[in-house]
Amino acid sequence: MSPHRHAAPSGNPLRNPLDQRLPRVAGPCGIVLFGVTGDLSRKKVMPAIYDLANRGLLPPGFGLVGFARRDWEDQDFAQIVHDSVREHARTPFREEVWRQLAEGIRFVAGDIADPEAYLRLKGVVEELDASRGTGGNHAFYLSIPPGLFPPVLEHLKTSGLAEDRPDAWRRVVIEKPFGHDLASAEELNRIVDDVFVPGSVFRIDHYLGKETVQNILAVRFANTMFEPLWNSNYVDNVQITMAEDIGIGGRAGYYDGIGAARDVIQNHLLQLLALTAMEEPLSFAADDVRIEKEKALRAVVLPRELGKHTSRGQYANGWQGGIPVLGYLEEEGIDPQSATETYAAIRVDVDNRRWAGVPFYLRTGKRLGRRVTEVAVVFKRAPHLPFAKTAVQELSNNALVFRIQPDEGITVRFGSKVPNTTSVQVRDVTMDFEYGESFVDSSPEAYERLILDVLLGDPPLFPRHQEVELGWEILDPVLDYWAAHGQPDQYVSGGWGPQSSYEMVARDGRTWRRP
Amino acid sequence: MIRLDNTSGGAVAAAIAAERHRMGSAATGMVLSLLILSDEEYQADATAAAVNAARQHPMRIVTLIPRPSRNEPRLDAEIAVGGDDGPGEVAVLRLRGQLAEHANSVAIPLLLADTPVVAFWPAEGPDVPSEDPIGRHAQRRITDCATADDIVRELARRKEGYRPGDTDLAWTRLTPWRSALASVLDRPAGAMSGATVSAEEANPSALLLVSWLSHSLRVPVELVASDGPGITEARLSTGEGDIVVSRSNGSTALLSRPGIPDSRIALPRRDLAALLSEELRRLDPDEVYGDVITHLELP
Repeated sequence: MSPHRHAAPSGNPLRNPLDQRLPRVAGPCGIVLFGVTGDLSRKKVMPAIYDLANRGLLPPGFGLVGFARRDWEDQDFAQIVHDSVREHARTPFREEVWRQLAEGIRFVAGDIADPEAYLRLKGVVEELDASRGTGGNHAFYLSIPPGLFPPVLEHLKTSGLAEDRPDAWRRVVIEKPFGHDLASAEELNRIVDDVFVPGSVFRIDHYLGKETVQNILAVRFANTMFEPLWNSNYVDNVQITMAEDIGIGGRAGYYDGIGAARDVIQNHLLQLLALTAMEEPLSFAADDVRIEKEKALRAVVLPRELGKHTSRGQYANGWQGGIPVLGYLEEEGIDPQSATETYAAIRVDVDNRRWAGVPFYLRTGKRLGRRVTEVAVVFKRAPHLPFAKTAVQELSNNALVFRIQPDEGITVRFGSKVPNTTSVQVRDVTMDFEYGESFVDSSPEAYERLILDVLLGDPPLFPRHQEVELGWEILDPVLDYWAAHGQPDQYVSGGWGPQSSYEMVARDGRTWRRP
Repeated sequence: MIRLDNTSGGAVAAAIAAERHRMGSAATGMVLSLLILSDEEYQADATAAAVNAARQHPMRIVTLIPRPSRNEPRLDAEIAVGGDDGPGEVAVLRLRGQLAEHANSVAIPLLLADTPVVAFWPAEGPDVPSEDPIGRHAQRRITDCATADDIVRELARRKEGYRPGDTDLAWTRLTPWRSALASVLDRPAGAMSGATVSAEEANPSALLLVSWLSHSLRVPVELVASDGPGITEARLSTGEGDIVVSRSNGSTALLSRPGIPDSRIALPRRDLAALLSEELRRLDPDEVYGDVITHLELP
């Protein structure tokens, strides 16, 4: 599904709204990349830019400017981009595409805190406008730690680089984490909004760029057979899971002190909750979707007794999928006394008419059984079963599962008669829809989609600061509670989380689905 | 690959289903049925391209090859299901003897229930695709002018026989050119006074490009012969000077604009699988193609 798109640039006689074939190509523009040596830049952003060029979705004369404290010339930076594209791009390397991209690559050497450097950057950007026809349209991609935002944003402002003109746009792209609690998120938003107007700020939550996440809305609102069941009359509970089979890897510095809830629940899982629980938007225009998502998030309430309805854990050493692995506290760079959780599960309720009494269970963790992200809507059992008790012993709740990754698609679980039995016997069966796009060996990466949307100025897939702050409002009390209540529980690597997570749902008379 | 000699359409459908079961997956998830009507010369390439496109559009591919003769009517089939080549199902059917004239009767039991049908003629298509017995099943009917001996006559047939839902690969091949030109004009240019398209002779895509440009820009558009390959240049004359996209090597184009240094645009020629994939992305009528083909002025 493609959400509402802005109309083609008016006045271009070759753009016809009826034309199904012409792709949405970004208008004349360029990207200025801060943090060019980071993992994210090299593994995601640069390859995605190349892939967009390869798919013909970047404008002719596209410009890419790198900014870093390195003693580099343009060609040194081009070499970095080249290597990253060679190694990580999704689409095949084509010399002609690379040459097209390479012509627009520039590098500005300078310190983030040095005002002079921004004047040089301004000069380069203006040079691109003249030599490549980027038309004054530039996106600043801040792939840097949030601590560095204030100086960068300030200098972008004072140098005049951030100035929108009526005929040219300036946008800023920032990555999570969007703060570590409500206060820091508000502070960050204040700094960003001081320099860029809200419509020019693009917060990247790469989950929202996934086809399957957008498909949640398509399935809900384009069909008749699901929406009538989408409420507390039929839904027993909703389970939103993002499990990783890996540990923290080399991210000790980032992860310790942040933890699973801040890293995943605050953004990804609450966004998935919002898409699952929200009412039908007026249209798929950015503002209409945002209003409904915000309404859903505003209706979220935490249980009163947080100790009974949340769970957190740290992975212990053990075996995972046949490989011996370290426990979190033994990982290099982690304080052996660390109270950072690598598993977090919380129950929330959505306090409105549609969802009254339906618990939403959100869980995420590292070193779990397998890598999977899904939204499972678990239905109530039929109020009456006209079968012998033995006949339905193996029947559990019906469920509709959005599989976000991997094996993107939808699974429906329902009961069916077991063939060839002398008496009627009903058992769970599943029906799978494999998302058509997943067959493509080259299904677009979320980053391609999101970067293109930034360049097109198409914001529906980006959380606005209100949503970010709502996420922290929901999570902060849980984090405070945990901070005051000692250490997380240890859990076996390669399993599905600590004992307390099972107890937490058992208290409500429910069980986790094994994803 | 399973061979079924002297068989029937229903038996082929049953064999595909049996093969699915044997592989342990009864659910198919196919999104459409593609009927390819071809002679022996083109069938192999067309089928291979469709198998490739099935990675993007899981589908049942039914290649119908009429082999008219005076022998007894007889249907021979080769089927392949899933596997290394992609998720699609393929049935290549040879219709011998009198059966060659009744391809329709073979196709009907092989169409997937309640999913769209697309018909594809890799070489010579019927005069009116939508009235052809095979084309009648299809909501999208794909022909390819470029394979005809007489391009102009073939385009004239497409124009005469056009009904909404028809498309032609000569039009599909133009998409990168059209996209490049459209994005060049995303930057405001001065008033347009005319345009020129250069292409090797007998290139149906070039004629369609001329028609599209003159229809959209409402200026006279001239066609000039060049050495190719394919289309080599599109030149838009504006009040501020000429905007030129020129491609001499079939892969990279040079973009020249007044007041801005030249830049390069990747503009590769694409293979049949890529063209089919694009074609299958949308299954509703291509109204822009409809405008272009019905307003086409032929030399």
